[in-house]
Amino acid sequence: MAIDTLPIAKQTPAERTQVVHDGLRARHLSENIFKGLGLAAIILALGFVALLFTDIIRKGLPAFTQENMHLSVNFDPAIVKVDPVPIRNGFASEAEYQAASLKWQRSVALLNWNKVVEASLRAAAPAGYEIDTKDLLTIAETDARHEIRERFVANPTLLGQTVDIDVLASASAVNWIKGNIDRSLQDSQQQLSPEARSLIDTFVENGVISRGFAWSILTNVDSRAAPASAGLAGAFFGSLYMMIIVILLAVPIGVASAIYLEEFAPKSKVTDFIEVNINNLAAVPSIVFGLLGAAVFINYMHLPISAPLVGGLVLTLMTLPTIIIATRGALLGVSPALRQAALGMGASKTQMVFHHVLPVTFPSILTATIIGVAHALGETAPLLLIGMKAFVASVPATPMDQATALPVQIYLWQGNEDRNFFEPRTAAAIMVLLAFMIVLNGIAVYLRSRLEKRA
Amino acid sequence: MKTALLVSAAVIALAMTSTGAFAQSRDTIQVSGSSTVLPFASIVAEEFGSAFPEFKTPVVGSGGTGAGLKQFCEGVGDNTIDIANASRPIKDSEREVCTTNGVTDIREVQFGFDGIVFASAATGPDFALTPVMVYKALAAQVMVDGKLVDNPYKTWKEIDASLPDMPIVLAIPASNHGTREVFQEKVVAAGAEEAGLPEGLSDEDKAKALTTFRQDGVTEIAGDYTETLARLKSDPNTVGVFGLSFYDENKDTLKVATVDGIVPTNESVAAGEYPVSRPLYFYVKGQHIGIVPGIEEYVQFFLSDAMIGEGSTLEAAGLIPQPADKTAEVLAAFEAGAK
Repeated sequence: MAIDTLPIAKQTPAERTQVVHDGLRARHLSENIFKGLGLAAIILALGFVALLFTDIIRKGLPAFTQENMHLSVNFDPAIVKVDPVPIRNGFASEAEYQAASLKWQRSVALLNWNKVVEASLRAAAPAGYEIDTKDLLTIAETDARHEIRERFVANPTLLGQTVDIDVLASASAVNWIKGNIDRSLQDSQQQLSPEARSLIDTFVENGVISRGFAWSILTNVDSRAAPASAGLAGAFFGSLYMMIIVILLAVPIGVASAIYLEEFAPKSKVTDFIEVNINNLAAVPSIVFGLLGAAVFINYMHLPISAPLVGGLVLTLMTLPTIIIATRGALLGVSPALRQAALGMGASKTQMVFHHVLPVTFPSILTATIIGVAHALGETAPLLLIGMKAFVASVPATPMDQATALPVQIYLWQGNEDRNFFEPRTAAAIMVLLAFMIVLNGIAVYLRSRLEKRA
Repeated sequence: MKTALLVSAAVIALAMTSTGAFAQSRDTIQVSGSSTVLPFASIVAEEFGSAFPEFKTPVVGSGGTGAGLKQFCEGVGDNTIDIANASRPIKDSEREVCTTNGVTDIREVQFGFDGIVFASAATGPDFALTPVMVYKALAAQVMVDGKLVDNPYKTWKEIDASLPDMPIVLAIPASNHGTREVFQEKVVAAGAEEAGLPEGLSDEDKAKALTTFRQDGVTEIAGDYTETLARLKSDPNTVGVFGLSFYDENKDTLKVATVDGIVPTNESVAAGEYPVSRPLYFYVKGQHIGIVPGIEEYVQFFLSDAMIGEGSTLEAAGLIPQPADKTAEVLAAFEAGAK
């Protein structure tokens, strides 16, 4: 018979100590095992996060630099054959002038500006370097001709002059310079011809091509014709408009519903039913909200396709339950003493709620809002169904204009054909999205700590 | 707090009353459809935006030819698209849906060609395929000794001694892609004809034999070509179906297979030597011309020599130009109006 099963009276004091020690050891052991498992779980979770972040940053950082080409562009009258620019004084009415001006711009747009680009590239290349026109043009990004044209439209007196203009190197050239493509592959597997590749290397050596910070990724809109100039500006504004709509709609509606349900609504079968449904709504997969949005907002209400307004409304529906549930939780947590004291001092129920209870819950409501908005910011699935998965090459001026959103832009870039170039770009876009979210969460933490101090 | 409340109230009111308020005319051309045409259409849209300062840059979506034509045929009005990109001609059934929904003026525009290629990992062995080999690799049932039996082939070498000794793993486009239609017609049907099907098969059984693929080793990809590429990277034995232009951009990781001994290149497709090629189209909703500004100009610009001719912008992006006569004919038909 083991010692610890003996009746206590029959144990000697030494034996009793022994039993206590054994028990303690077992308890300490289980406590240590639990602590160890907890620590291991945290290390594992952090490890995954660290792995994800390092992978994205490692892939994405190179995309934050761009290769600029410094070209001396000569607006040779033999190539740039245009009529003189119309002058306002020469026309009877403003409308006629506008029409003539538009016609002039059209004629400038239809010129073959690639010839100007070609001449500038040849001027920059070592004297007598032999390369096909087609191969030569693969070095500069295709928007170089627009860049040069716009300079000319803005200042037509440049005709016949030579100006220094910076253009972007093409995506294929960037792949070659940054080593996104294996440099040891044979010619047939390369994107560029051998002549173009060796000319690019020469340009890098003699400083015609230099590396700079890629502001274009933040300031430009998406581009397929000129991938090296593709940026996130359009998607950023699309996301921004949607977030503003979500905050303006979801917060007041959500907080108001929560206050009504928690403080004013009579407890009945109906309110129970509503409560259950709000909880269910919070668990509905986001894609369902997308289907709903397409059916109601676009097909029934005839709101524009691909517009941040519709996206914002869909995301509002998605965020509402989160905010309602969090606000109700916060209201429930307010001590009854506070309520009774307010009522006891003669405050009405409305005064009690708005003057005393609600201010105490601000920090929690704020946190819930920011978490809800951050969640909405990263949401992609419902947006695909309301036409936001489109190629949009402009910054939306209003929430009614077509736009795309940051997570959708990531999805679109992930699907781009030029894998070598867009893999880093995609990672860079993820970094921008994450930075946006970290800023949002930072604001939440800051406001929360300020409000908590005040409360 | 007060201002915030007022602003939110205003926004709510705006959202609630928006039903009628935003039904005004759209001023951006809306395009959707084939993911093969997407890169070409996006480039034209961008160039159009910069060449025509008075029009907004068209918005180009994707999701496959079938999905695009479905959206196109939903009806006439601001919340329906103006142009559907397609990598196959519109089907009669789709035309019927269009007509039912009031889309009666459909103008077909053919603007060039694209080749469909089989490609495998660049590090793997070469493939020289014929339609019949591909058919034998993917059909659920094939003819062996005059009888239709469950597909017995496990490796390419078992199909033909000239092929590498590799397990059969194929990634083909799913039926939402126009590419599938061409694949079905030019590869599967052609292959089945050569391999032979049993005598006296009813039309229904024949169609079934042509469209039923084995479950092991054949994956239908509903997403973009990048998904096919990802599959190929995770399993280097995969042979995937891609557009020629996609392969051109990813030559460093992909190796292209010959079909009937012909290497797919822009030249061999344009000359009609390479067997698996197809014309590319877009469909314009005639009823939107004059309502959404710029549609006519967009089509004219798309069909201009600078966009789709020899040495043009789209040729550099991988489009195979069609003869200039054909383009002129298509443009004339478009401008003449509905057929």
